[in-house]
Amino acid sequence: MSSPTTRELPLGIDDPGTVHVTHEHHELGFIRKYIFSTDHKVIGIQFMFTGLLFLVLGGLMAMAIRWQLAWPWTEMPAVLGFLFPETGRVVSPEAYTMLFTMHGTIMIFFVIIPLLTGAYGNFLIPLQTGAPDMAFPKLNMLGYWFMVPAAFCAIAGFFTEGGAAAAGWTAYPPLSTIESAAPGSLSGQTWWLLALTFVGVSSMMGAVNYVTTIVKMRAPGMTLMRMPLSIWGLFIAALLQLFALPVLTAASIMQLLDRTLHTGFFTPTNLIVNNVGAETVGAAAGGQPLLWQHLFWFYSHPAVYIMVVPAMGFASDIIATHARKPIFGYKPMVYSMAGIAGLGFIVWGHHMFTSGMNPMVGMTFMVSTIMIALPSAVKVFNWLGTLWDSRIRFTTPMLFALGFVSMFIIGGLSGIWMASTPVDIYIHDTYIVVSHFHYVVFAGSVFAIFAAIYHWFPKMFGRVMNETLGKFHFVGTFIFTNCVFYMMHQIGIAGLMRRTADPYSYETYQHLQPLNEVISISAFLLFAWQAFFVVNFFHSLFFGKRVGRNPWNASSLEWDAPSPPGHGNFDKELTVYRGPYEYGSPEVEEDFLPQTRKLETKQTV
Amino acid sequence: MRLIATLLFLLVPILGVWTFWIAPEHGWWFPKSVSSYGADIDRLFYIILWMVGITFVATEVILAWCIFRYGRKDPSKAAFTHGNHTLEMVWTAVPAVLLLFIAFSQMKVWADVKFGDSFPKDGRFTIDEPIGEVWASQFDWRVRYPDEDGNLEGADVIEKAFEFTVPLGEPVVFNLRSRDVLHSFFVPNFRLKQDAVPGMVIPVWFQADEPGEYDLICAELCGWGHYKMAGRVRVLPADEYDAWLAAEREALYANGTEELEEDE
Ligand code: HEM
Ligand SMILES: [Cu+2]
Ligand SMILES: [Cu+2]
Repeated sequence: MSSPTTRELPLGIDDPGTVHVTHEHHELGFIRKYIFSTDHKVIGIQFMFTGLLFLVLGGLMAMAIRWQLAWPWTEMPAVLGFLFPETGRVVSPEAYTMLFTMHGTIMIFFVIIPLLTGAYGNFLIPLQTGAPDMAFPKLNMLGYWFMVPAAFCAIAGFFTEGGAAAAGWTAYPPLSTIESAAPGSLSGQTWWLLALTFVGVSSMMGAVNYVTTIVKMRAPGMTLMRMPLSIWGLFIAALLQLFALPVLTAASIMQLLDRTLHTGFFTPTNLIVNNVGAETVGAAAGGQPLLWQHLFWFYSHPAVYIMVVPAMGFASDIIATHARKPIFGYKPMVYSMAGIAGLGFIVWGHHMFTSGMNPMVGMTFMVSTIMIALPSAVKVFNWLGTLWDSRIRFTTPMLFALGFVSMFIIGGLSGIWMASTPVDIYIHDTYIVVSHFHYVVFAGSVFAIFAAIYHWFPKMFGRVMNETLGKFHFVGTFIFTNCVFYMMHQIGIAGLMRRTADPYSYETYQHLQPLNEVISISAFLLFAWQAFFVVNFFHSLFFGKRVGRNPWNASSLEWDAPSPPGHGNFDKELTVYRGPYEYGSPEVEEDFLPQTRKLETKQTV
Repeated sequence: MRLIATLLFLLVPILGVWTFWIAPEHGWWFPKSVSSYGADIDRLFYIILWMVGITFVATEVILAWCIFRYGRKDPSKAAFTHGNHTLEMVWTAVPAVLLLFIAFSQMKVWADVKFGDSFPKDGRFTIDEPIGEVWASQFDWRVRYPDEDGNLEGADVIEKAFEFTVPLGEPVVFNLRSRDVLHSFFVPNFRLKQDAVPGMVIPVWFQADEPGEYDLICAELCGWGHYKMAGRVRVLPADEYDAWLAAEREALYANGTEELEEDE
């Protein structure tokens, strides 16, 4: 397996030069190299493939949801209908609740978080900070492999009696804790909780690794304030994970106990569910359903920032690179990310304004929530400042990054309505909320992920993706995304509730059906349009144009490594002399100035 | 690509504003507000709509402009600047003030609707003497009116399924409860939403200012039948309401006595 010259890389103490030399003779078997690898790049790519696979699965579920909302209780075309063989390709009300529950769960815990922190966190952190690998490579590998039981549990739910979890991705008890309350509450919900726990453990291992690597293993000269904003975003997201995840894990275990041992953390006394009395539903009594909501959102609100702060970082890197201009206000960018993260811990109650929580408390949560729009606004202004008087190159990653900014503005602004308690009384749990979080999480984070894939593909695989296909992909995705999500604002203002299998059973909503049809058709087109991406991705993987180290003329550290980088990443000694965004510096001829380049004359800070 | 991109990004604010503009005439907009505080909530919504609308158009247009103006082929270098302290201060302070304004302007209405202290005190129905109870349970709404002594136990309690009859033009206070899982009492026309939580008795109030029948919708996922938990709120002029309640009592009494007679 290993030749005599090979040695393990201890905590980045190796100097990269030696690493390269050993690398030449370093032959690992296929399994150690591509499957049970401890190399952060391979792990990152594994996370990426897993995340993209789940994106397809979650997307299919979304299509089934959209079909039902446009044409309730009708037979679906075979491509979707195969999901519901027993009911003749028609979704049943029970299946509908499982669909949106698992759609949300998969998208958040198996797509966005793994893609941002798992795939790009792994890939970028050592490369952009100048480390040969993660601080704890084995832990890193374990972190990925914990996704396997997680995925198994998530999917297993569908094949158990009663089907998958059906209490929403928020899993509010008692619906989620009492077996007779919902079919998916039989064992589906238990599988769901196990899946969540495994994902949590995986994220935790990742987060410990990211924080340690960033704190301890940066190349000489890479001060904190010279780190690319991607690293800042990933760093802050990892800290959020570290502080918030234990609470979710504890809460999941409490819910698990409520379900299996019939403890009563979340179950009040004297319930009569489905005509089954308290004794049988096993209410040990005295529990509080609202307690779960507090614990859940104490994690899940920071989690929404885990889902966007790294994306903000990627967008910043990509915008600066392809606009050939330094990031405007680097420090405010860092402080605002930190501000979002800090405030993110004291706003969870905004998900509970109408929950029965003391309205006095709601008032304080309103103020903190509205104020969290401030750092978000500062970021948008700084991106605009970066673009001002820049020299934009319309590459595919740049288009997606610009799309991210444009869409994030919409999602951020609609948050203000919902943060305003009196207005939220009306719009809570309506389609405005659905629109809001899809603008931030889909049109925001997923756009940033697309940008990242196009941008770092050459570094990952040594080949560039096809630009023409990429641009087609962008244009259609941008148009259809807005066709799908924009009019959801109006539908929400009309009062349409989320999570209703057949909205038209209410008179108030009947006139909204035509609009829902338009949205659904756009959603199908959006999904189909991703074929451009799939074809481009796999084609470029094998036949893309080969490129050298630095195809975009970028100046951050990863572009100093070979494409793709070998084991140990860098083949030369690294010293960092300046920040990551010195584009257009008058000190040099070219319009970029790599962080590692030593200038004879005066040094930029 | 520059022109295509400019067009695409410019369409965002244009179509964005346009859809909001035409939505009301197509009915893709608020259902009619018929409660005393509905107008206040709508007004706050519109204030925020204007503020975020202007911000939205301004930022999106600047973005499109940058794409148009700085996307030109230009061999010279970009402006080499790392930021501007004054600008940062301005665009932090101005939004901060606006956001604080938004936050503080919400407080009164929120307190009016939800604070126990600000519940109406002078009417027939108060927090201590509510009109009755609304019980939610899986896929069912039950409204219970107390007997003449204000008692909610016993045979002379009127119980109605899926139908909540209330008087017009006076504050109505009721207790919201749940028998099993979470539900939510949502009447779009009243701009009122409140979750029902098992184990909690949550007082809720509204005042309906127009007679008619309105959809009562369950707004918190409660299981597979969540989508069909449709109730109605009937708003009757006060005298008709009194007559209705008297008639219901009468009927209940008649039934009750019949049953008694049968038993004998
Ligand atoms: C500008 C700052 C933001 C503000 C003021 C804000 C405010 C809110 C509020 C008040 C809600 C609760 C709405 C309700 O249920 O009635 C909400 C929901 C949500 N937000 Fe945000 N938000 C902001 C940014 C974000 C970001 C950046 C993300 C994610 C990347 C995000 C993701 C979500 C999600 C996923 C939900 C829905 C959760 C659920 O009920 O399933 N938000 N937001
Ligand atoms: Cu939140
Ligand atoms: Cu419900």
